[in-house]
Amino acid sequence: MGGIPHDHYEPKTGGEQWLHKRLPIVGLLYDTIMIPTPKNLNWMWIWGIILTFCLALQIVTGIILVMHYTPHVDYAFASVEHIMRNVNGGYMIRYMHANGASLFFVAVYLHIFRGLYYGSYKAPREVTWIIGMLIYLMMMGTAFMGYVLPWGQMSFWGATVITGLFGAIPGIGPDIQTWLLGGPAVDNATLNRFFSLHYLLPFVIAGLVAVHIWAFHTTGNNNPTGVEVRRTSKEEAARDTVPFWPYYVIKDLFALAIILLVFFAVVGFMPNYLGHPDNYIEANPLSTPAHIVPEWYFLPFYAILRAFTADVWVVIAAEWLSFGIIDAKFFGVLAMFGAIAVMALAPWLDTSSVRSGRYRPMFKWWFALLCLDFMVLMWVGAMPAEEPYATISLIASAYWFAYFLVILPLLGVIEKPLPQPATIEDDFNAHYGSKAHPAE
Amino acid sequence: MLRKIALATAATLALSAGGALAAGGHAELTDFAFAHEGPFGRFDQFQLQRGLQVYTEVCAACHGLKFVPIRTLSDEGGPGLPEDQVRAYAKQFTVTDKETGEDREGIPTDHFPHSGMEGAPDLSLMAKARAGFHGPYGTGMSQLFNGMGGPEYIYSILTHYEENPECAPDGIDGFYYNTSFPNGGVPDSCKDEHGVSTVPGSWIAMPPPLSDDQVTYADGHPATVSNMAEDVSSFLMWTAEPKLMARREAGFTAVAFLIVLASLLYLTNKRIWAAQKGKKTA
Repeated sequence: MGGIPHDHYEPKTGGEQWLHKRLPIVGLLYDTIMIPTPKNLNWMWIWGIILTFCLALQIVTGIILVMHYTPHVDYAFASVEHIMRNVNGGYMIRYMHANGASLFFVAVYLHIFRGLYYGSYKAPREVTWIIGMLIYLMMMGTAFMGYVLPWGQMSFWGATVITGLFGAIPGIGPDIQTWLLGGPAVDNATLNRFFSLHYLLPFVIAGLVAVHIWAFHTTGNNNPTGVEVRRTSKEEAARDTVPFWPYYVIKDLFALAIILLVFFAVVGFMPNYLGHPDNYIEANPLSTPAHIVPEWYFLPFYAILRAFTADVWVVIAAEWLSFGIIDAKFFGVLAMFGAIAVMALAPWLDTSSVRSGRYRPMFKWWFALLCLDFMVLMWVGAMPAEEPYATISLIASAYWFAYFLVILPLLGVIEKPLPQPATIEDDFNAHYGSKAHPAE
Repeated sequence: MLRKIALATAATLALSAGGALAAGGHAELTDFAFAHEGPFGRFDQFQLQRGLQVYTEVCAACHGLKFVPIRTLSDEGGPGLPEDQVRAYAKQFTVTDKETGEDREGIPTDHFPHSGMEGAPDLSLMAKARAGFHGPYGTGMSQLFNGMGGPEYIYSILTHYEENPECAPDGIDGFYYNTSFPNGGVPDSCKDEHGVSTVPGSWIAMPPPLSDDQVTYADGHPATVSNMAEDVSSFLMWTAEPKLMARREAGFTAVAFLIVLASLLYLTNKRIWAAQKGKKTA
């Protein structure tokens, strides 16, 4: 691994040397687990491990569920009930898998917003950020297809609505939609391909996670100060860092135990809290539910999708300028994907030379507003498409774009940052040497 | 700062999850303290047996329980019928054998029959497919103590048949006014200028199914409409979530184990970091 200087693995015995010459796998594992990590990381740096755990949990529980599940429109719903009633511990495996998806998204949102606050996306960590965004997109695709598999009412109608988004693409949209569904409507072909991809994508995610870790192990972790680890000599680097094992392994495991405590309380006592009751009704193409609501983790982007209705001036302007090619429906789709695209472009939109939000007095408030904005979007996403929610979602969507496209570029120019500590060691000692640290 | 934001996120998450469920028209719901509610709640075995009786003698005329294997009636945490009674119970059904294609008497490994009447929904999962509670403030957190309100919904439907309201004295032909049914039709004369219903509930196709002393309980329990409705609601909660008690036990085990594990990891973490944090050079 490049980057921070530290002690590398030295094969000592003859057997170790033999293997090391042929495949330096022990060295790779040693360097990965002993990687020098900034010693001032706070509790917002636990989410990476939580996310890795979530991926493993979903893959393990998922593989077991597949052993008992039948991907066919006539049997899917009944096979899930078979899992819930007849498979040993099946109810627990399924509830862990269903709630595991929610834990996954709680963790990923906290992970992303941590990165946004501490400037983890900035140079030289742009590649880590972009890979992370790809993982997030894949997670959304996987979660969406997974929700279709139980073949309940929300599964069916959710799939109908979301694949309909692709139908909104001008010209080729309907053809793309038919191609995605494998037919004119959501049916057995759709269920089968979603099942296939739901099983495949987690392994693609696992591969991307490895690249994500590789990327930030190359640049070194960011940290709450945003100040880089000194790397002129091993001794100097050692004063800013601690090895990942045992310091952060134990800290992260402690955090994981606390998170799992809450997780198992939910699984054990209110496992259907985050689900929708309608999904316990078998899919019926002839009966549309009164309200089709996506899972909670899609709500902010669902709100953005619905916010741009035909009477909004930007939509009218876009339709006029594109000679009617971009109608309100397609504009909504563009806005939804655009909302994620602008977030992915944050490394190039943020002009500030200061990395951490801790030393950016104006940024702090705009960022807090962005967090609030995200929560407001999540809330209006669950509400019916009527006033006052339509106006609220339009304002909240506008702020989301304004934050990335206007506020981030401008702040770098007009903001006067606070002084930053010279080294990570200074920050760490200031924190644990005096009772109160101003930034905490 | 980020910590405060994280807490606020959790609160919003709770709100939007509750909001997602808080759909549908307004309907009256009777809250009931069922034995199975709350983290320590357990199904009342005798209530489930009485509920099975009401289901068999009343509901089964039209509705089915196609996802429920008859053998589970003897499961622990359920009605707990002795196995000979379960065999006798299964015999009343005529089943087309999957292998021979011929009709035969039911056996415990068969499932309950499908709904026998067009339009009568299967009741296996009804108690989970309807959520009565969204409180407090739409967060749905009350379900930790009250459940999701599915059995309450069923109880309320069974007991809240009323005379047609003043705005529509003739009601809807072939339908019955029920103040707890949110998804049925409402006559135009009972809607305001925005098309919003002015009366609680709506009209349902199912005639009032229960009347006092419709069944005779073997244990001498008075068979009032309310008692029968409560018993069958509890029974349908069991058919929807037969592993409810086992799941809660697993939950308790997991939480207790994780409290111990987290405590040990906390102490380990503190010990490991103590050496790093001792240096006060500043």
